[in-house]
Amino acid sequence: MKKLILALAFVPALVFASEGGYRLDHAPIVPTDQLSLQAGAKTFVNYCLNCHGAQFMRYNRLTDLGLTEAQIRDNLVLTDAKVGDTMKVALTAKDGKAMFGAAPPDLTVVGRSRGADWLYTYLRTFYRDEKSPTGWNNAAFPSVAMPHVLWTMQGERSLQVVEDEEHHGAAEYKWTQLTPGTQNEVQYDTTVRDLVNFLVYMGEPSAVNRKRLGVVALFFLGILFIFAYALKKEYWKDVH
Amino acid sequence: MTRLMTAAWDWFDARMPSVAEEFRKHASEYYAPKNFNFWYFFGALSMIVLVIQIVSGIFLTMNYKPDAALAFGSVEYIMRDVPGGWIIRYIHSTGASAFFVVVYLHMFRGLLYGSYKQPRELVWIFGVLIYLTLMAEAFFGYLLPWGQMSYWGAQVIVNLFGTIPFIGPDLSLLIRGDYVVGDATLNRFFALHVIAIPLVLLGLVSAHILALHDVGSNNPDGVEIKKIKGPDGHPLDGIPFHPYYTVKDFAGAVIFMMIFCAIMFFVPEMGGYFIEYNNFVPANPLQTPAHIAPVWYFTPYYSILRAVPPLFNSQFPGVMAMGISTLILFFLPWLDRSPVKSIRYRGTLYKSALAIFVVTFLVLGYLGTEPVTVWGQSGAWLGHADRATVAARIFSVIYFLFFFLMPWYTAIDKTKPVPERVTM
Repeated sequence: MKKLILALAFVPALVFASEGGYRLDHAPIVPTDQLSLQAGAKTFVNYCLNCHGAQFMRYNRLTDLGLTEAQIRDNLVLTDAKVGDTMKVALTAKDGKAMFGAAPPDLTVVGRSRGADWLYTYLRTFYRDEKSPTGWNNAAFPSVAMPHVLWTMQGERSLQVVEDEEHHGAAEYKWTQLTPGTQNEVQYDTTVRDLVNFLVYMGEPSAVNRKRLGVVALFFLGILFIFAYALKKEYWKDVH
Repeated sequence: MTRLMTAAWDWFDARMPSVAEEFRKHASEYYAPKNFNFWYFFGALSMIVLVIQIVSGIFLTMNYKPDAALAFGSVEYIMRDVPGGWIIRYIHSTGASAFFVVVYLHMFRGLLYGSYKQPRELVWIFGVLIYLTLMAEAFFGYLLPWGQMSYWGAQVIVNLFGTIPFIGPDLSLLIRGDYVVGDATLNRFFALHVIAIPLVLLGLVSAHILALHDVGSNNPDGVEIKKIKGPDGHPLDGIPFHPYYTVKDFAGAVIFMMIFCAIMFFVPEMGGYFIEYNNFVPANPLQTPAHIAPVWYFTPYYSILRAVPPLFNSQFPGVMAMGISTLILFFLPWLDRSPVKSIRYRGTLYKSALAIFVVTFLVLGYLGTEPVTVWGQSGAWLGHADRATVAARIFSVIYFLFFFLMPWYTAIDKTKPVPERVTM
C-alpha cells in the first residue's frame, strides 16, 4: 500500500518531466497580453529567425498584436521579405545540418508540438559544457545541437547534477552563474516568457479569437436549447 | 405566398408522389416506441455527425493538398490564411472523435437493451459494418495532415497487414503503393478517405436504417410494440417518429452541439487525445518517435495487439487477436442465448458481465494510449514484465471471455418476466 501511495505521489512529476528527466517549470504566459506578445515577436525576429524559419507564419498576421503593417515592416521585417510574406530564413536545411549537426526545425507550430512549459524551461536551462561541440548543453534537452543564443542576456551558467541515490530519480540540480548577463534572473525570465508567449501565439494565431467565438456559439446554443426544449415539451404533453 | 407554396408542392407531388410516400414511411408514419430514453439519442446524433463530417470535409478538400511535400503546409494554410479555415478544420477533427463517441454509446445501447437480438440481426450486422468502415475512414483520414503521428501510425498499421502469412508483404506493398509510407500512399489514402469510403458509409447507413424500419425499433423494455395494435392499426405503444422524435432529437442535438462547441472552441486538442501534439511535427521518415500511439478510439484494440506475445518472431497472433476482437461483434446475435432483450429483465450474470466488459474496454483503451512502461515493472515472480503489459493481457482475456462465455452465462442467467406493454 505504501508503495502505491509513493507511486501515485510521483505521477505529477512524471507527467511534467521532460525527456531529460528535468522537471518543467510552469510558463506564466498570458495570450491576451499584447505588449508581452510584441516583446516576444521582437526577440523572435532578432534571435531565432536567423536560423529557424516560421514558414507558415506571415509577417502581416502580426497585426493581431496591435501593430500596423508599417510598424511591422519597419521593426520586425529584418530581411528583404515583403510584409505579406511568410517568415522564411536563408539558411537551408542542408547548411544547418552541416553547421550544427541537425537542421534547425521550423518554429511555426513549435508552441503546439512542444508546449509552453517545455519551451519556457528549455530556453532557461542552458549551461556551459566543454564536452559539447558548441560549448553549450541543456538540462531539458540533453545534447541539444543548438547553442545558447540568448546567452548575452542570461550570462553563462554551469550545472551540477547531484544524483539522489537514496530516493531514486529525483536528482538535485545546482546552477552556478559563471559570468553575468545583461539581464538579471527576473528580467531574463520575463524575456523568455514573452518569447514563449509569442511562440504559442504563432502556433495558433486564431486561439484568442477562437475562445471569444466559442462563448458566442455556446450562448446562441443555450438560447436555442430553451426553445427546442419548450417545443419538445409542447409536442410530448399528450404522450403518457 | 403560402398559396403559391402549396400550389408548387401539389404540382411536385402529382408528378413524384414517392417523396411524400417515403417521408410518411420513414418519418410521419413510422411508429417508434414511446419509451425511448437517453441512450436512444445516439443513432440520430451519429447521422448528424456524418453530415457534419461530409460538409466540413468538402470545404477542407478545397484547400488541402494531397502531396507529401505540401500536405503539412496546406493544413497550416487552412489554419491561418483561409478565412474561417480553422473553424472548418476543428469541426472536422473534433467531429472525427465525436463520431466514435456517439457510435460507441450507440453500440453500448445495443448491448444494454439487446437491440441486436432477433428480429434485428441484420440491423446489427449493418451497424458493425458501419463501425468497421468508420475505422477505415478514420485511419485513412489520419494520414492526411502528414504529421509525425500520421506518418508513423500509418506505417505501424500498414505493417500489421504485412504480418499475415504468405500474402502479407505483398498486401502491405499494395496498400502503401511504395516500400515505405510516402507520396503514393498519401494520394491513395486521400482518394479512399474523401470518396471511396464515404460512399460505402452512406450505402451502409441507408441499409442500416431501411433494415431497422422494416422490423421496427427496439426499446428500453425490449418488448415488440407491433404485437399490440390499436383499432387504427398502429402500435398502441408507438408514436410517429415525426414530429415526436424529430423535436426530441433536435433538443438532444442542441445539447450535443454545445458539448461539441465547448471542445472545438476551448480545447480542440482535448489534451492530446483528439489532436496529438506530436502531429504538429511534420512527417519525417528518418526519425521514429519514441512513443507511437494511435488516436484514442483505436486504443482498446491496439492494447490487445500489443498484449499478445509474438510467435516464431511474428506479430501475426496479435494481429489476429485484434481482428477477432472486432469481427466477433458480428456474432453477438447468436452468442446471446437469453430469452429477454433488455437489461431491465436480465439477471445478475449478464449485468455483471456487461459491467466488467465496460471496465475492460475502458482500461484497454487507456493502456493503449500509454507506453507499456507506464506502470513500471512487476516483481521477480512475474519475470519483471511491464505491469501494463500484464494488465493488458489479463483484460484482453476478459474481453474475449465476455463473448466466448456469452452462450453459457446468458442461457443460465435468471431472467425476470417481461411486461406486455412498455413502461414509461
